[in-house]
Amino acid sequence: MQNFPGVGVSPGRIIGTIRQMPAPLADPPAGEMLASGISAEEATLALQAAAKDVQSQLRERAAGASADAKAVLEATALMAADPMLIKAAIKLIKTGTSAERAVWEAAEAVVAMLVNLGGYMAERATDVLDVRARIVASLRGVPAPGIPTSEEPFILVAEDLAPADTATLDPTIVIALVTAGGGPQSHTAIIARSLGLPAVVAAAGVDTLPDGTEVYVDGAAGTIATEPGDDERAAAVAWAANASTLAVFDGAGTTADGHLVPLLANVGGAKDAIKAAAAGAQGVGLLRTEFCFLERETEPSHDEQVEAYRGVFDAFPGKKVVVRTLDAGADKPLPFLTDATEPNPALGVRGYRTDMSSPGVLERQLAAIAAAAEGTTADVWVMAPMISTPDEAARFASLCSAAGLKTPGVMVEVPSAAVTSESILREVAFASLGTNDLTQYTMAADRQLGPLAALNNPWQPAVLQLVRLTVAGSIAEGGGKPVGVCGEAAADPALAVVLVGLGVATLSMTARSLAAVGAVLATVTLKEAQEIATLALRATSPAQARELAREKLPILAELGL
Amino acid sequence: MSERTATVASSSGLHARPASLFAEAAAETGVEVTIAMAGTPAEDAMDASSILSLMTLGAEHGSEVVLRAEGDGADAALDALVKMLETDLDAV
Repeated sequence: MQNFPGVGVSPGRIIGTIRQMPAPLADPPAGEMLASGISAEEATLALQAAAKDVQSQLRERAAGASADAKAVLEATALMAADPMLIKAAIKLIKTGTSAERAVWEAAEAVVAMLVNLGGYMAERATDVLDVRARIVASLRGVPAPGIPTSEEPFILVAEDLAPADTATLDPTIVIALVTAGGGPQSHTAIIARSLGLPAVVAAAGVDTLPDGTEVYVDGAAGTIATEPGDDERAAAVAWAANASTLAVFDGAGTTADGHLVPLLANVGGAKDAIKAAAAGAQGVGLLRTEFCFLERETEPSHDEQVEAYRGVFDAFPGKKVVVRTLDAGADKPLPFLTDATEPNPALGVRGYRTDMSSPGVLERQLAAIAAAAEGTTADVWVMAPMISTPDEAARFASLCSAAGLKTPGVMVEVPSAAVTSESILREVAFASLGTNDLTQYTMAADRQLGPLAALNNPWQPAVLQLVRLTVAGSIAEGGGKPVGVCGEAAADPALAVVLVGLGVATLSMTARSLAAVGAVLATVTLKEAQEIATLALRATSPAQARELAREKLPILAELGL
Repeated sequence: MSERTATVASSSGLHARPASLFAEAAAETGVEVTIAMAGTPAEDAMDASSILSLMTLGAEHGSEVVLRAEGDGADAALDALVKMLETDLDAV
């Protein structure tokens, strides 16, 4: 048996065979010419064969796909051997360009045309890029990039996964995620939790295991083992039995002694909200409005916005819904708000700051939120992302009030906001800690950089100190203004207990985690949570903080969390 | 050179599924058929069997397009393709 320790980011114990994610395809270098001894005719034939090969693979996949996916795959299959694309590539081959580079450039020209057309056509540009990568892979005789296709369920192993890789991830086929790189805040972790898949990140060496190796994955302990034995098989069976109880949340977040901690959901639109309501969420703690409009070239109209927000409010009648205004920038660019050329986007004009560079968008959004709230019974709160100073908080509150929105608040992601939360909370009605960004800014470690994953851990005692300070500011302010958490940290049941112990009033998370967090929280009293929080605050490393907290929470091991 | 003018009947225009179906049908005729927006020069016409050409053409519902082909079977091929363009392929 070979063990690969990593960081557990989404609980679950499972046994399965692995499939490696193929390495990303390197661009054929500009100016790459036909290899010596290869004639233009031979290269043309090779290209045509590769195009036909990709086309038949895509057609095969289309045949087995559901109606929606089928139409897309059939169109993509046609693109693979498209006469316009292939003719343009052959023209380049005749000038001595290699087949790989020729199809690369021919597709580039088509993509530019489609992007220029905008709208639906621009969205299809990604299909052309996908086809191009497949043709180049076929010419080189390497596996096509992207998630391997398989009829049999498998554990996906990768160096790291990007949002584009996981867009087509089918959770009935991919049963767990394991990455050699990445960290607790990586995209892999977020997608695994939202799909409810066991996941381990930063497990060095797993990317060298051959396809088909049988492994045991423990997404809570953060371990992967080859040649699973009887103990591992029993643990996987026990988890499967437990999983059904962990799928149901009774809709009442509370500690063992009855201290109420409403458990809310993070949602990206009406579809998520309906699912979250069905999962027992006590409201929405974070509506990511930018997710309604990602990949949009232009600002959404008033009516489009009203419809998108109303769908969420209607899913939670009589319940709290916290709307975050557009949080564009860094990893979530919106072309109508963000400048893609900034050298350092995480520290750039993003979140609330885009109101300086694109004035008017925020006011129109607030008007749309107010209009959407009319006639619904949802209790609508509004908060701005990336607030750094009391002045910004005051200005946001006055914009909300001008729009007729009664409960303005701020996200606490920038350390300055945590440190001055007393002055900031004088201006607004509540604060919500965005622990993902708060961690990256506290530790000065870009969330998207794999090598900094160890720093990017919400268990960092410095991050916990800032949570404590934010709550202390609220107490000093004296108005009883709630401080919630809406980052990934709230979805980790052990960390959730620590946060409650630090005085956090509400926890908002992916709907999948509600039941697990609720179950663990119900086993501790508020006083015990406070004691656990003190232990974590005094730790000198995130690993020690986590270990100290987990030792006091035997329920975690019992449930396999 | 045979030529036909047709009005695009598909509600989404000549995009997505209608474009796939039309490109496949044009390829199956075995004749080289070109397509252009009505009123544009014949030399700018594009390959009707190319889904990428059809997508970049930008024909919407109600657009008039001109189909052209030469040689044996040109008329029969064009007649069949016109019929297809004037059917709402989104409803098929």
